[in-house]
Amino acid sequence: MLNVYNILETIRMIQDECLDIRTITMGISLLDCIDTDIDRACEKVYNKIVTKAQRLVPVGQQIEKELGIPIINKRISVTPIAMLAAACPGQNPVKFAKALQRAADTCGVNFIGGYSALVHKGFSAGDIELIRSIPEALDVTQNICSSVNIGSTKSGINMDAVKLMGQIVKESAERTADRDCIGPAKLVVFCNAVEDNPFMAGAFHGVGEPDCELHVGVSGPGVVRSALAKYPDASLNELADIIKKTAFKITRMGQLVGARASQELGVPFGIVDLSLAPTPAVGDSVAHILEEMGLEMCGTHGTTAALAMLNDAVKKGGVMASSNVGGLSGAFIPVSEDAGMIDAAVAGVLSLEKLEAMTAVCSVGLDMIVLPGETSAETISAIIADEAAIGMVNTKTTAVRVIPAIGKKEGEMLEFGGLLGSGPVMPVKDKSSAKFINRGGRIPAPMHSLKN
Amino acid sequence: MRAVVTVIGKDTVGILHKVSGICAEYNANVMEVTQSVLQDMFAMIMLVDISAISRDFSEMVDRMTSLGQELGLSIHTMHEDIFNSMHSI
Repeated sequence: MLNVYNILETIRMIQDECLDIRTITMGISLLDCIDTDIDRACEKVYNKIVTKAQRLVPVGQQIEKELGIPIINKRISVTPIAMLAAACPGQNPVKFAKALQRAADTCGVNFIGGYSALVHKGFSAGDIELIRSIPEALDVTQNICSSVNIGSTKSGINMDAVKLMGQIVKESAERTADRDCIGPAKLVVFCNAVEDNPFMAGAFHGVGEPDCELHVGVSGPGVVRSALAKYPDASLNELADIIKKTAFKITRMGQLVGARASQELGVPFGIVDLSLAPTPAVGDSVAHILEEMGLEMCGTHGTTAALAMLNDAVKKGGVMASSNVGGLSGAFIPVSEDAGMIDAAVAGVLSLEKLEAMTAVCSVGLDMIVLPGETSAETISAIIADEAAIGMVNTKTTAVRVIPAIGKKEGEMLEFGGLLGSGPVMPVKDKSSAKFINRGGRIPAPMHSLKN
Repeated sequence: MRAVVTVIGKDTVGILHKVSGICAEYNANVMEVTQSVLQDMFAMIMLVDISAISRDFSEMVDRMTSLGQELGLSIHTMHEDIFNSMHSI
């Protein structure tokens, strides 16, 4: 039954506390577009995406209007392109990226994710070619996102891929140095990547997923923060309860929007990703939630504990609100996309080491972190390896999306603008990890991967 | 199918008239109205039946929003599902 308080609460959440649906993402399988002729394959890719997703943006806009809740992004995720590239040896996979960009332009979506390869145990046909083409693909397209899975709890960490990805991240930054190094901001290196993630830049459509489905990613850090602000003296278990109740309400929005969009589009409903995804806007920060809990600044001692509680409570509250929970589900901590994180990093309170600790308890990993331009490829690889180890051992998804700011040094700012925000160049250790990285091979899977 | 129209802002002459005028124009039956004026702040919540509206609901949403801008009020027109799903299990 409707009551005045509930109506006003919902409107306040949307109006003042930045509640929105962060994304509706259509996952499309491209397995039936595989062809030995790359031009024919690209044409099939374009046609399939446009056929499936042509109504995605108008339907999203219609739902936005009907329900009065903003849907910020309309996106598409596709089968990892390396699988299509495998059938066209000797061809430049960037053709696929261009076909995806054409499809993105026709459909009017914000991003297409899936210029990806899954190499956690080793490289198969097409993988190396695709990975090597990532810097060019991200350079010549605007709305294409790329990801590479280099490790998993089951298979260990492919250190050859880790080494290669350090070089690729660096090269991507160099190729796009004239555009604020935007290339690596569209590239994620995963351990334990999920196949139904609606969030960019790491979205791709896994091979175990249906032909076409619709995922929803919710948001709402501002709502959680202002809910907590009403209870300045509550104990932590009371705070956990408040977070759970708020997450429930946020997730119900996602469930409603997803169910409606999938019905309108005639596509099965995939999952709701229960993530607290911040934006650089005022009042939309995960760091500010942690500060509301009682930390003077995000990154200080206690941050990991506060984040662990937040992450867990978000899941507990959200899981009951949706029939299908999946994706990454948890609190995101992208530095450049979160006003509180930016402040904490500028103040020197939030360090790379603390962020690494935080990734052991949050939903993903080292995200949107700006590194000095002269950081070596081996150091980037070592950062990836550290992060992958956390994911592998803790059976969770971890990821690295770092941006070497070409020509910039510690303390300077890199400005992306828009949802990607801006970030200070954060210091890295000056001692070399090159010998460790250059050994290559594979870090074996941990003991607890043997569960059968 | 019902929609909730909320109007919040500075009180002026004829707000209720203008909002319900748009409802009538779209054949949306007003089912319930709760309204209060505190000092000079006007707050109204209106529940309207939109199952037999004569034109597109999103067009009606746009009309309400532009009326709000005209009068300097915040007018939200939202399908009731959003409130029901958020606040009930």
